[in-house]
Amino acid sequence: MGIREEILHAIAKNGRIHTEDLAIMLGIEEKVVKDHIKQMEEEKIICGYPTVINWDKTDRELVTALIEVKVTPQRGQGFDKIAERIYRFEEVDCVYLMSGGFDLTVIIHGKSMREVAEFVSSKLAPMEAVLSTSTNFVLKKYKEHGLTLSEAKSKDERMLYTP
Amino acid sequence: MRNPLSQLIETIEPSGIRKFFDLVSEMDDAISLGVGEPDFDTPWHVREEGIYSLEKGKTFYTSNAGLLELREELAKLIYRRQHVSYDPVHEIMITVGGSEAIDLALRAMLDPGDEVLIPQPSYVSYLPCATLAGGKPVVIKLEEKDQFKLTPEKLREAITDKTKILILPFPNNPTGSVMDFGDLKAIVDIIEENDLYIISDEIYSELTYGKEHVSIISFPGMRERTVYINGFSKAYAMTGWRLGYAAGPKVILEQMLKIHQFAIMCAPTTSQYAALEAVKHGDEDIERMREAYNQRRKYLIHALNDMGLTCFEPFGAFYVFPSIRSTGMTSDEFANKLLEEEKVAVVPGTAFGECGEGFLRVSYAYSIEDLKIALERIKRFVKRHTK
Repeated sequence: MGIREEILHAIAKNGRIHTEDLAIMLGIEEKVVKDHIKQMEEEKIICGYPTVINWDKTDRELVTALIEVKVTPQRGQGFDKIAERIYRFEEVDCVYLMSGGFDLTVIIHGKSMREVAEFVSSKLAPMEAVLSTSTNFVLKKYKEHGLTLSEAKSKDERMLYTP
Repeated sequence: MRNPLSQLIETIEPSGIRKFFDLVSEMDDAISLGVGEPDFDTPWHVREEGIYSLEKGKTFYTSNAGLLELREELAKLIYRRQHVSYDPVHEIMITVGGSEAIDLALRAMLDPGDEVLIPQPSYVSYLPCATLAGGKPVVIKLEEKDQFKLTPEKLREAITDKTKILILPFPNNPTGSVMDFGDLKAIVDIIEENDLYIISDEIYSELTYGKEHVSIISFPGMRERTVYINGFSKAYAMTGWRLGYAAGPKVILEQMLKIHQFAIMCAPTTSQYAALEAVKHGDEDIERMREAYNQRRKYLIHALNDMGLTCFEPFGAFYVFPSIRSTGMTSDEFANKLLEEEKVAVVPGTAFGECGEGFLRVSYAYSIEDLKIALERIKRFVKRHTK
């Protein structure tokens, strides 16, 4: 594994890791780590450092919906143009082009089901290229970005001393 | 009433770790760097296979030597790693942890008075098991200047006309030392010349860093005189499943199996089914864990050297073995005071043999976050106690 990949593996797991620690763990100079990270940020290999939050445990009202969208691709631009028109909306979290029975998966967040429904009916469905939408609301999130959300942090069950 | 105890058992000291365990059990806010087992959970696909085997009702004894399919997979694994062939029917057996295999091998090979060479510092069971098997343990004191490797000089010095077995505990618990190709090559002739048998405890074989593990069995003539011991505990994070194995010449394995048959019957069936999944599909898990250990290893070595607890670079297992001579304390004192004052548990080097005096075993089977907190405390402690 190259050094870049090693850095990426480490910060993918923990975006808050100090470059100083990371340098020691990988056995290289801190400056090298910093340079690689900076370069990868510029190249958009590293696109950002969001945090995984379990909003269910906060006062914030949040609903998430996964919308299956069928569209007509446009001449010369394929699906990219219509995808862009959709992903530019603030409330849209993810947009994926899919194989299979529909074309785009759109994941959006809203304060309420009404707000999400409003978005779909007034913004998404009326777009010229959009043929149909099917909205699925998320009822409970179990795992996100490789992290289990509902489980309490597991206690170290090991005995303190073992040979 | 008569003394209920055998004279032999009364000569055997309980493990030096035990008394620390009693101390700390009343302390619930202590942080430990004292464990000898992985912090990872057994990979889910392995646990799931164990559960599935229970659902299917696989709850009966297996053959004494263990599931044939598992032994076949292990023969393939040993061949993949070391290019040495074993017959899964006669030359491989499944045991209750690597530690049962150690006991069996000693009991199958020793007669009263036979000497067993035990390089120390090393795992706590070789010495008592050799004694219980009627043998005479002879300790070879390894030194930091040799990176705690077994040198040809030290081996030669320890051999007498009574010497029958040499135990090779590498990659080593507690020092993290490994014997690479050149180190082993240097002792092969001595083993041959003196007609020694070897018990090679390679339980940490999957955990070497920057170097491929080399086994003594891969040298010409050595397979015939070696009982190769390995297991699932360290490689696949399966300590509680209690599963290990031994591979060796049929003539020895037959006798080991005889003892196993009468004392144990067979290794736990559920564990064997889970292990089958591990050995078939677990290479990526090993890789993932090894990578994490390696990062922690580098971090820990750096931090310890930084605070004046010098340590040589260990290339195996998940232990660092720093010297505490700069503090002027004995290992026992250091470990006791550190626990008392900063509530950090580490194991004194002397728990693994007298020649561990002046050293500590620090385990890195912990997350970087946990290591950080513990190291902060150790640093404070060392600062306070260094003149």
